[in-house]
Amino acid sequence: MDRHLLRELEQFLGKNSVLSRPEDLLLYEYDGSVEIARPQCIVFPRTAADVVHIAALANRYKTPIVGRGAGTGLSGGALARHGGIIVSFARMNQILEIDADNQRAVVQPGVVNADLNAAVAYLGLHFAPDPSSQKACTIGGNVSENAGGPHTLAYGVTTNHVLGLEMVMPTGELVRIGGKSVDAPGYDLCGLFVGSEGTLALVTEITVKLTPLPEAIKTLLAIYDRVDGATETVVEITARGITPAACEMLDGWTLRAVEAWVHAGFPLDSAAVLLIEVDGLREAVEQQAEDIGEICRTHGAREVRVARDERERDLLWKGRKNAFGAVGRLSPTYYVQDGVIPRTKLPQTLREIDRIGKENGFEIGNIFHAGDGNLHPIILFDARDPKQFERAVSTADAIIRFCIEMGGAITGEHGVGMEKDRLMPLLFTEEDLALMRRVRDAFNPMGLLNPGKIFPTGKGCGEVRIRPMPQRGAGNSPPVAGEDFA
Amino acid sequence: MSSTAKAMPSRIGDIVGAANMTDDPRELAAYEVDGVRPSTVARPGTADEVAELVKLAAAEKLAVIPTGARTKLGIGMPPARYDLAIDMRGLDRVISYDPGDLTLSVEAGIPLAKLAATLAEHKQFLPLSAPFHDRATVGGTLASGVDSPLRQAYGTARDFVLGMEFVTGDGALAKSGGRVVKNVSGYDLHKLMPGAIGSLGIITRINFKTFPLPAEARGWLAGFSRHEDAFAFAQSIRKSPLAPHTLDIFDRRASALFHADVQLDKSEWGVAISAAGNKKVMERCSHDLQTVAGTANASAFSAPGEPQRSALWQRIRDFPALVVEHSPDALIVKITSLPTQMGEVAQRLQSIAANSGLSFAIVARGAGVIYFALLSTERDAPAIARIAQCAREILSAAATSEQRATIPWCPTELKREINIWGAPREDFPLMQRVKQAFDPYNIFAPGRFVGGL
Repeated sequence: MDRHLLRELEQFLGKNSVLSRPEDLLLYEYDGSVEIARPQCIVFPRTAADVVHIAALANRYKTPIVGRGAGTGLSGGALARHGGIIVSFARMNQILEIDADNQRAVVQPGVVNADLNAAVAYLGLHFAPDPSSQKACTIGGNVSENAGGPHTLAYGVTTNHVLGLEMVMPTGELVRIGGKSVDAPGYDLCGLFVGSEGTLALVTEITVKLTPLPEAIKTLLAIYDRVDGATETVVEITARGITPAACEMLDGWTLRAVEAWVHAGFPLDSAAVLLIEVDGLREAVEQQAEDIGEICRTHGAREVRVARDERERDLLWKGRKNAFGAVGRLSPTYYVQDGVIPRTKLPQTLREIDRIGKENGFEIGNIFHAGDGNLHPIILFDARDPKQFERAVSTADAIIRFCIEMGGAITGEHGVGMEKDRLMPLLFTEEDLALMRRVRDAFNPMGLLNPGKIFPTGKGCGEVRIRPMPQRGAGNSPPVAGEDFA
Repeated sequence: MSSTAKAMPSRIGDIVGAANMTDDPRELAAYEVDGVRPSTVARPGTADEVAELVKLAAAEKLAVIPTGARTKLGIGMPPARYDLAIDMRGLDRVISYDPGDLTLSVEAGIPLAKLAATLAEHKQFLPLSAPFHDRATVGGTLASGVDSPLRQAYGTARDFVLGMEFVTGDGALAKSGGRVVKNVSGYDLHKLMPGAIGSLGIITRINFKTFPLPAEARGWLAGFSRHEDAFAFAQSIRKSPLAPHTLDIFDRRASALFHADVQLDKSEWGVAISAAGNKKVMERCSHDLQTVAGTANASAFSAPGEPQRSALWQRIRDFPALVVEHSPDALIVKITSLPTQMGEVAQRLQSIAANSGLSFAIVARGAGVIYFALLSTERDAPAIARIAQCAREILSAAATSEQRATIPWCPTELKREINIWGAPREDFPLMQRVKQAFDPYNIFAPGRFVGGL
């Protein structure tokens, strides 16, 4: 990195707000995905004005710049793929305003999702998007990735809960879009910027909607001896027009891994469990829980347990939300896919994933948001063996191709990032991608903001590039030909 | 017309077929927008034909306005240019409908009513119950940005559109999103289309999440003598766990326009609430609402039965249409504010109108949207000037950080006096960049949208 740039950053922000020693950089070369890319420095702004200044410097030095929250992302969104400056929002972590009467909050991007929830719970409110990483992940990260979570089945994903943003554009302007009231005149820019994976602007303030906590909640655990029974249950719940607050599935392999660590009470000998939650008015919840219980039994659930109290409910959710941690105990590296399919196609898709796994010599675990057809097959592999890595990726690709054949999509909530960019042509035509590129270039004209994300780098139309094994320090490598950052 | 425009009909005919285009002045009149008449109307039958038409328009620099049932073409400023109307009603097919997955893909020209009937066969619906429901197309309803009372529970189109296909200003047929209920693959470009009145692209296909029709729905009407009480009541319902499907506040004048069997009687303000769910839920809502109404100084409380209930809610939905029917020269301002500020805003609007000696009607949504109609029946210059002055005051009073005012409906003459979109805001330069990316030759409805886009 240019020594002058580093010195200017240190002069402006103070030495304790800039990291550039190799051992510090190591800590910022990864996120929750299998990707690796090393930045050249990390800066810690405290204000939007700091971010404006950093963006201006990056422009002047033609250096890539990448925003980062807690680094829990699962697609490499917060990694400096082509090196440059990581802008950590860790110190912009204040809740600026809570307006309970209007059910709004204004927060800085570094506020942790669970902290916002804790801060508004006494008002009977919550911020609905609840990614599994919510104890660590930030609202800024949620906005960038349009994060989901188990309860987005009924409540919607992040974009449905964001009303306004203050942002620093890659060209250095500080702009506000949207606001606390609904229907801002003009184009729905919030709709575009939420989920743009940090490629259009650096968000410095977020106005969110808060949602009343439900009056009653019932959490059911349905236990199956056949995977098909569980998937068929989901199909019927959907078809009957029942929308649970959450409907999660864990297959036998995954629930055994989870149970060994969390002791959530998942039966070790079962083939699959469904964790289903209904919430709302007491009178509605009773009826829905009854209906769902009946559907589960019709499809062969050997037992349907209802959490008796808050403690039992928390334990079940702990099992679900800590699942990836539990898998981490089994294997140093694992690959989680994020494909989506129409819910009617769940049974055949799970059978196909099983078949693809067997064909490639992997046992694939499944733990996912069954209610909205958002799969998370987990493939364990040893990263030290390049052959295994390649095979894991081609296995995951085969699953994604099947999802698309079923009418689905390549990512439901994790983002495209630098992990699935090469899969974009499976879903989008050259014309679709050209328009998306034009939109990116309209805001990020030099491509300095988060380069190497979302867009496939290969020139060929509809062609899927073979993915190289992540290398340490990959961020220092020059950009791939065809990559359009300055 | 230029010589290029003269040769144009046959080239348009080559694309859509001679029978599907016209330059007959009698037919063109029906496609006028703010008094500006196009020189040709094309009626494509496929998305590819739409793309071809736009390519031709881009090459010849023809200004294009896509039309549906033409019920809301008055929304926006007068077009700076307007050569070609693309009538989208030929694209009216259901492309795919998977009731079991609650997802639907339709062409943009399909009428809302036809679609509602298809969905009802499977006991499902779309919460797009917007004004002109009986005539309007799905594409036009989305593009015009009108909302539905159902937004209280279901949000607006941005919340249940899963993806779209559209033709951009260079004639490319592009898409974003998908057909599954959860998807973050690529930019959500389709989020830009609702409310953009065709200034970014012509929507050809829309993918929706559908919803099960509730087993039972009921409605309640509370009457109030003071607007403060009515808005406070609505606010307490909004914060209650009851999660109503609709929550609308209206005044006596609006109630008179409804011509519904259910009237406000002696009350000045009404709050209409509907909810859905099983029998026990309905009983609970009934009980709770009555209790809250009692403590909120309600002067009346009733639960209208059928068919009165459906009729009243249809009229609330159709408010803008009823106003325009009643007085074609009426002006309707849409003001958005924080829900807790709606009472104050309503107060201010009333005094501005009263000072100008104009009569008015109000319908407001609990989510923070007020429709304020100035009901003038006069059309002479002093009357127009008075309305324009009043509208200017409303626009400037609402130009605070948390309130915004626009004028979706008003006579064309008034648009010479006032900018119906209000003053441009700080995000306008970003909107210009979006417009440039989608419509590089500026052929889509130039001049109609915010800031002349």
